[in-house]
Amino acid sequence: MMTDVVAAPRPVYPRTIITTKRKAEPAAPFELKFTDADVKSLSAACKDPAWLARRRRAAWKLYHSIPMPRLNDEAWRRTDLRPFKWHEAELSALNASAGRRPVPTAFLKPLVGKEQGGQLAINGGKVESRHFDAALRRKGVVFTDFAAAAVKHEALVKKYMGKAVKADEGKFAAMAESLMDSGIFLYVPKNVEVALPLHSVLWASAQSQFTRVLVVLEEGASVTYVHELASPEGATAPTLHAGIVELVVGKNASLKFVELQSLGLNVWNFTHERAIAGAGAKLDWVFSAIGSHVTKNFSEIDLNGDGGWGRMSGFYFAEGDQHLDHDTQQNHNAPHTTSDLLFKGALRDQSRSVWQGMIYVAPGAQKADGYQANRNLVLSKSARADSIPGLEILADDVRCTHGATVGQLEEEHIFYLMSRGVPRPEAQKVVVDGFFDPIMQRIAFDGVIARLKKSIETKMARSGSGE
Amino acid sequence: MTSVLEIRNLHVSVADKPILKGVNLLVKQGEVHALMGPNGTGKSTLAYTLMGHPLYVVTGGQVIFKGVDLLELAPDERSRLGLFLAFQYPVAIPGVSVANFLRTALNARRRAANPADKGIPIPEFRKLLKAKMDMLQVSHDFAGRYLNDGFSGGEKKRAEILQMATLDPEIAVLDETDSGLDIDALRIVAEGVNKLAGPNMGALVITHYQRILNYIKPNVVHIMLGGQIVESGEADLALHLEERGYDWVREKYQEKAEA
Repeated sequence: MMTDVVAAPRPVYPRTIITTKRKAEPAAPFELKFTDADVKSLSAACKDPAWLARRRRAAWKLYHSIPMPRLNDEAWRRTDLRPFKWHEAELSALNASAGRRPVPTAFLKPLVGKEQGGQLAINGGKVESRHFDAALRRKGVVFTDFAAAAVKHEALVKKYMGKAVKADEGKFAAMAESLMDSGIFLYVPKNVEVALPLHSVLWASAQSQFTRVLVVLEEGASVTYVHELASPEGATAPTLHAGIVELVVGKNASLKFVELQSLGLNVWNFTHERAIAGAGAKLDWVFSAIGSHVTKNFSEIDLNGDGGWGRMSGFYFAEGDQHLDHDTQQNHNAPHTTSDLLFKGALRDQSRSVWQGMIYVAPGAQKADGYQANRNLVLSKSARADSIPGLEILADDVRCTHGATVGQLEEEHIFYLMSRGVPRPEAQKVVVDGFFDPIMQRIAFDGVIARLKKSIETKMARSGSGE
Repeated sequence: MTSVLEIRNLHVSVADKPILKGVNLLVKQGEVHALMGPNGTGKSTLAYTLMGHPLYVVTGGQVIFKGVDLLELAPDERSRLGLFLAFQYPVAIPGVSVANFLRTALNARRRAANPADKGIPIPEFRKLLKAKMDMLQVSHDFAGRYLNDGFSGGEKKRAEILQMATLDPEIAVLDETDSGLDIDALRIVAEGVNKLAGPNMGALVITHYQRILNYIKPNVVHIMLGGQIVESGEADLALHLEERGYDWVREKYQEKAEA
């Protein structure tokens, strides 16, 4: 067996924490309060076509068949759902949305190049603005809100919805599918190359928000797509977001997908995301997690065809009481597939991050080449990063490497920079910027890099119990 | 006015162990001083203390630089006042390019002088850095490399000299800049120092071996032993050490050597 496992220094292994608190029963009811009638009303409010209403009801059934995850569920060992008052969440789509403030203009600026092929902004479930290049429309490209797509492009949406993420994958997949109030649909037909990037913003301004993003690239198609999930800064009432992201990348198609999460620090955010890539497909997937109070994100790539290539690059920076939990999986289901994951995160104050990654190589997926690395920079004594790499290899001629590290700011580095006249706070920022540089190199879009650097600057400058 | 670094009866401990036991030294802008001595006598401790490393605790004495009590200042303030330390073991800062770092350091100086300063314009900075790299015979790809990351010993020392050239200090302390260098690298580094030393810069060249002094001609040579400077003399003192080693110093100052 040619399995080459190279671990980086200072690995971090799963730790078992057993406290009596872990066993405490959540405050009842540990569930959303919505009824079947509510879901029906939601269907009507969203003007669902009949087929979508049926899907919704089926997902709602599934939702009830899955219990709310507890700390003794393997995937949820480190993320505690008990503090959220589930029964207090409202269905925003059923409530009046008068007086909603518009999406801040900062989110509407192009992040890749200066021009865009299209932009779609959805505010609290309602389309606020849209622009889409007529030439792309003539080529058969579809870029619209999910509700419109479900009616106007019924056959396509029906065919691909649920192809990558199924409602029965977990509590929050079922929740997002049954309670969906808004979403985006992007479709690029066979061999169509979309030259200018597309940009969407889901502005989760409502009390709870359930969203779906479905991206389909037919054989030989290519596009760069930037998607933002954000909500008002400074809001304090606990708010819920559950979402599904599905990326279907056909044979020899090429998708660059940049996903930026800048939710307010009051949001509990749960997503199930998966890309399925055909033979020779290329997927370059960038994640950034800046906001939310709690995030639990499942992101997977399924390399299903010979020679598929998938890269996942993650950036996160947690502060205050933020808890960011990313679960990633790279599935090599076919021979000659390549995956390359790098997640880098910094933490300050008493924030917490979890990264749990798995490379899976299916039987017969020979010559698979998988890489995963997670690097954490812990900036305060009370912050904590858990990093748990994993490999499951069922083929015998593969190369898989992984590494996980948790490090602190080194005083020797700070002293060296200070000895050149750089004040301490700036020296720390230089080291943090340097730490993130390998991720910035992979992103390669100036606007996205500028946004992430700005968030580093803001978070580093914030006063608080940083040390 | 000529800048002066004056060390008066300096006592320093590391982890409660006294290392410097009353060092007196005066270095003026425009002078080159060599500080020699066997290993473990406190030469590097003096260098780190002058720069303000937190592990080196001053238990007595004073350091006055340009009329200011240096020991009251944070390392970055000491640097901006015109002091420079070329490290014996420079640390690698992954992800930070030499050019970006030097621009940050220059801008920190400008901003300290004028909080409204917008920073050195990039074309001006590029021109400056290119001129310094040419002067020190450093290849231009140096600018884009991560600071000291994967650098050879010689490259690290050259990067130190490049930083010195760019930051333009009034007094530079070179801590065993010659150690670990082959003769060619040593010559290049020494030539760099010679180009910078002059009326505008004074240097304190710390070294164990005499060989760097074949290239850098000191005005004064000091010998350190047991945490004190025991001998000071002209350049021929270094040659004397070369011929006779440190044993005669130890014999002459037996008490201090054993301290």
